[in-house]
Amino acid sequence: MNSKPRTLFEKIWDDHVIHTDENGTSLIYIDRHLVHEVTSPQAFEGLRLAGRKVHHPHGTLAVVDHNVPTTDRANGIDDPESRLQVDTLMENCEAFGVQVFDIFDKRQGIVHIIGPEQGFTQPGMTIVCGDSHTSTHGAFGALAFGIGTSEVEHVLATQTLIQKPAKSMRVTVDGTLPTGVTAKDMILAIIGEIGTAGGTGHVIEYAGEAVRALSMEGRMTICNMSIEGGARAGMVAPDQVTFDYIKGRPMAPQGADWDKAVAYWKTLATDEGAVFDKEVSLRAEDIAPTVTWGTTPEDVLPITGAVPAPSDFDDPNKQQSVERMLDYMGLNAGTKLTDIALDKIFIGSCTNARIEDLREVAKIADGKKVADTIKLAMVVPGSGLVKEQAEKEGIADILIEAGFDWREPGCSMCLAMNADKLEPGERCASTSNRNFEGRQGRGGRTHLMSPAMAAAAAITGRLVDVRELA
Amino acid sequence: MQKFTTHSGIAAPLRMMNVDTDIIIPKQFLRTIKRTGLGVHAFNDIRYNEDGSDKEDFVLNKEPYRQASILITGENFGCGSSREHAPWALADMGIRVVIAPSFADIFFNNSFKNGMLPIALPQEQVDQLMNEAEENPGTPIEIDLEKQTITRGNKFSFPFEIDPFRKHCLLNGLDDIGLTLQKGKEISTFEDQDKQKRSWLY
Repeated sequence: MNSKPRTLFEKIWDDHVIHTDENGTSLIYIDRHLVHEVTSPQAFEGLRLAGRKVHHPHGTLAVVDHNVPTTDRANGIDDPESRLQVDTLMENCEAFGVQVFDIFDKRQGIVHIIGPEQGFTQPGMTIVCGDSHTSTHGAFGALAFGIGTSEVEHVLATQTLIQKPAKSMRVTVDGTLPTGVTAKDMILAIIGEIGTAGGTGHVIEYAGEAVRALSMEGRMTICNMSIEGGARAGMVAPDQVTFDYIKGRPMAPQGADWDKAVAYWKTLATDEGAVFDKEVSLRAEDIAPTVTWGTTPEDVLPITGAVPAPSDFDDPNKQQSVERMLDYMGLNAGTKLTDIALDKIFIGSCTNARIEDLREVAKIADGKKVADTIKLAMVVPGSGLVKEQAEKEGIADILIEAGFDWREPGCSMCLAMNADKLEPGERCASTSNRNFEGRQGRGGRTHLMSPAMAAAAAITGRLVDVRELA
Repeated sequence: MQKFTTHSGIAAPLRMMNVDTDIIIPKQFLRTIKRTGLGVHAFNDIRYNEDGSDKEDFVLNKEPYRQASILITGENFGCGSSREHAPWALADMGIRVVIAPSFADIFFNNSFKNGMLPIALPQEQVDQLMNEAEENPGTPIEIDLEKQTITRGNKFSFPFEIDPFRKHCLLNGLDDIGLTLQKGKEISTFEDQDKQKRSWLY
């Protein structure tokens, strides 16, 4: 029996180690593997060339999301390259016996939304996917991280990965989030605090009363953006909120298995006295509605702030980088954030396209209109089931009435691989996770924020403090 | 996988920090089902003008850096998405080594799977290499993986760190999957035991 107090990460790690060599490199077992069309074709091709099979098809679930149109799908996909990638996934899943949700399946959606939605994602699991936002699933107390295509092939062939244990970091947020401040603001503030590389080499555990008070949707939002702080994985210890979310979902344990699973899940929380390599603390009361102004997710400010100048930073490399960012973003130092006018609004992505996010948007948009100056305000639900639920609750009607475009589910303009993108110079309020140069379209300018803030921005046509509209 | 033992080549200075995978290979080029042919699209938005012509100020568009096989750059290189298209694109344009003060984890890991060597060095050493590459552009840098050194003639020699398992795989061009499949018996034993403990997963 191991008596040393262990972290949540260590407990999951220990339960999955198959073998460790003299240098500390381990072979770990992977419980669940999510697959999408963009990062898998070369992996399946590799299996085929080597005459290998998928080791554990039952532990693998595939979906099309990155490349799919969010407009009418009745006639399939227009773009020949996108269509080939989607068709290739369908053929590969058929040939290798992997379950897949196609574009006509109402369970189809963004890979990190459908995993939890189906109960495929559970506490204590190791979960991987050829996508960096796999960290989302850590919200359930799973060890979940993104991998490259070579590793996708490795997992398909062996259900294992070769890994070294990560270092551990705990981010504690105590206190209560003020009104108008959400999980998205919390994670943006955390990234602002630790920096885009602050979590490199680490797995982050989010703790504290403000994290415990979050819904599963909120916890998924913060874990999702762990990678934006450099951490491959983020996690929250499972509790009753987690169990209630999972219970009854199609792939969740049933009957006697359910009780056995919950008993195991309850043992996973970090032990009192366990030591982390790094500790960071924030007070929830100090967090304001937050937006990004630059082209890395650490470039955040409270909405009450103003665009910084290169001279506000000490590091000469950062100064140079700020100069480049201001130029790219078309911003002048000293401009109040609330004076920044917008062209487009994107509400969606694996960060913020769950039902709770859409409810927040509807609350702000109800009875109001998208500003005339906004060329396009899109709402892209995270999955067909989220879409259906939002339509049932009347959310879709409120949004359509307000002038939003109500779309089919997919990754859409978070990464702009499909037809949804910004034109050069266009400025967007976005609920997604990355504000990199060109991320939403070449020359496009992205400001990241919460769904409520993006909705408020749609109504006013500029960045605005959502607390003024509430 | 292609072996990596020693390498000598021209180093190009890319003075940027947080070079993300969207910069290395923009998303429109991910709609491929192949690993090859991405080199021409590497750094697309900062390398080409809208009309497809070369941007003159981009370092890899200048001689002799067009021939570079070593990239020297700023901290947190390869941050962002998990796309292995990033190292595929770099490898396809002839880059075998990237030297930076730090790398994002997934990119770092993906590089090794493609016979590339990412080397993290202290900022001062990166600065020195960067300055050298700018001041004496044509002089090659030598990398010896066995000895774990980066040298430039008799001008300097820096040691670098590398994980022993990764070094072994690179030196011998080993395929991870082949290695893991040799442990097939241990994997099934693990699964049999785990089925007792976590029956609901199987």
